[in-house]
Amino acid sequence: MTLPQTLLDKLWSAHEVLLREDDMSLLWVDRHWVHEGSHHAFGKIAARDLPVKEPSLTFAVVDHYAPTMRNKPASGSIGRMIDTLQANAKAHDLKIFDLNDTDQGIVHVISPEQGITLPGLLINCGDSHTSTHGAFGALSFGVGATEVAHILATQTVWQAKPKSMRITINGELPPSVTAKDMALHWIAELGAGGARGYAIEYAGSAVRALSMEGRMTLCNLSIEGGARLGMIAPDEVTFDYLEGRPYSPTGSEWENAMRYWATLQSDYSAHFDKKVTIDAKDIAPTVTWGTSPDQALPITGVIPDPSRLEAKSSSAAEDALDYMGLSSGKPIAGTPIDRVFIGSCTNGRIEDLRSAASVLRGRKSKVPGMVSPGSTPIKVQAEMEGLDRIFIEAGLDWVASGCSMCVGMNGDLAKAGERCASSTNRNFPGRQGRGARTHLMAPAMVAAAAVTGTITDVRKLINEVTQ
Amino acid sequence: MAGWSNHTGLAIGLPIDNIDTDQLIPARFMSASRAEGYGDYLLHDMRRNQDGSLDESFPLNTNVKTSVVIAGRNFGSGSSREAAVYALADAGVRAVIAPSFGDIFSANSVNNGLLPATVSEKIYEQIIHIIGANAVELTINLETATVSLEGVEFAFFIDPSWQMKLIKGWDDIDLTLEHAAEITGFRQNRIQTAEWAWPSLVD
Ligand code: SF4
Repeated sequence: MTLPQTLLDKLWSAHEVLLREDDMSLLWVDRHWVHEGSHHAFGKIAARDLPVKEPSLTFAVVDHYAPTMRNKPASGSIGRMIDTLQANAKAHDLKIFDLNDTDQGIVHVISPEQGITLPGLLINCGDSHTSTHGAFGALSFGVGATEVAHILATQTVWQAKPKSMRITINGELPPSVTAKDMALHWIAELGAGGARGYAIEYAGSAVRALSMEGRMTLCNLSIEGGARLGMIAPDEVTFDYLEGRPYSPTGSEWENAMRYWATLQSDYSAHFDKKVTIDAKDIAPTVTWGTSPDQALPITGVIPDPSRLEAKSSSAAEDALDYMGLSSGKPIAGTPIDRVFIGSCTNGRIEDLRSAASVLRGRKSKVPGMVSPGSTPIKVQAEMEGLDRIFIEAGLDWVASGCSMCVGMNGDLAKAGERCASSTNRNFPGRQGRGARTHLMAPAMVAAAAVTGTITDVRKLINEVTQ
Repeated sequence: MAGWSNHTGLAIGLPIDNIDTDQLIPARFMSASRAEGYGDYLLHDMRRNQDGSLDESFPLNTNVKTSVVIAGRNFGSGSSREAAVYALADAGVRAVIAPSFGDIFSANSVNNGLLPATVSEKIYEQIIHIIGANAVELTINLETATVSLEGVEFAFFIDPSWQMKLIKGWDDIDLTLEHAAEITGFRQNRIQTAEWAWPSLVD
């Protein structure tokens, strides 16, 4: 009898070309995504005169540097990054989702949208939020430029097998609590390095109840808790999402795939190196107060006093409060903001736009801000639903798709000292611009912050509507 | 990439937790070509005043010959940008010693000959205490995984396969190409048993 296996075990062994004596596995890569930032890697293979080994498994996308004002051409070095990717895609005969293509978007949004992401695949990209695709039951992780070059040249990646962790979230989420809150909640509990060295499998009824969009948000943020991988066993929700997508298998291949995908679950009584259980009812709308994603608290909470934290968190908390311009002991709700951003691979999907729009409908934003859909198809969909009008009438900029203010590479930045309520994934110092202060939260919470001009409990605004 | 076993150089302390890759090199500099060198961008916003001039009190600025950095927990967390390692390497840094590192950052470091040496919180505190605000000469022995300064020796941890890779200066592409036949065999088997794993819409 074989030992019960975790989903990680099954996916790992399905991709292991060989296991070296020092426990490093050489893994086969089914899908490899490159973007503008991959220029270092293309340079490395060019220097050795190596071709791209599997062009049909390699996809390119313009997202990190994509100008969100498409009518304004990208300036100097930003334009050059895009040109370089186009030239590399052409030279190596790669499918490129180009700036003005109708299927362009952020890599972690369009790969599932196109059916390029599937259960059971190993997916790599030179971007840490590649963990997103684990939502489909794929083995998916971010790599650096040297590893990107290695994958381009060999279609394989060396990797030590991570330890396994299961985060079980059971029960029902309270109203207005989302996948973003689930993620910020566990990261605040375990710490930004709490899952370092682990692959996380998310399980439990609250996870099962999430849509694919929500599952992607949850897996996306795995890296912010230190894990390189997050995953969820595929089920009917997964299959329904994928059926009929442009790159999804069809006919007998779909049938074969489905038969295999149904086996992609951790066996009953499989061993996990670490198990965490969370009750969904304990999760509230959550916001960050500091400069690391684990510095987060429920919207009803009070900004912590560094001297009361454990010694090891205390100096980091002091630095964070200093950077964020906040004082301890005050409720986080009511903190005035200067700007909002809705978008990114974490929360730029249609469901996210709908939830933000439902708060903004018929209301005005007190601060400037930007809404950038995660992909061009999502932009079209949102416009069909009239969501763009809601954002525009609220006074926000409705812009094209790209990474935009998640990372600011395209020049979309907040100013020094500005406080930004953001649906993105990193509140690091300088992430949204030098001196910019980022508060991470769910899209509806960003909308609530826009309406009131302060960090606000979205449930109050929703109650206003229903009363 | 050349391998190395011993390094003696000047170490400074940056006793700050969570120095993430966005701080190591802010994204706005990442469109530069590597040929220009990334050293000037290292910790750009932390070591410079708003007008771009160097903050004279920042240890990296007062000790330009620094080759070892002792930093707080969770060093290099965040994005996969290898540019963070390029910035350190181009500024002459050969090793970072910290209680913990971001995963992808560590892998990127080793791929560029830069040592991410993990030490216990206790040893970290001791080293930081010895160094204080000065630059102190220190010696790293990669074979024994030890670091010595001011006559005291401390153990650090480095994954054994990374230790070997740093010492030998191995390049993964060269190593992997030796396994070309196994990779081809794996591919053939996968296409036969999981044809669905090839994208259907290949144009
Ligand atoms: S939206 Fe942000 S996190 Fe996502 S791929 Fe772009 S830069 Fe990375």
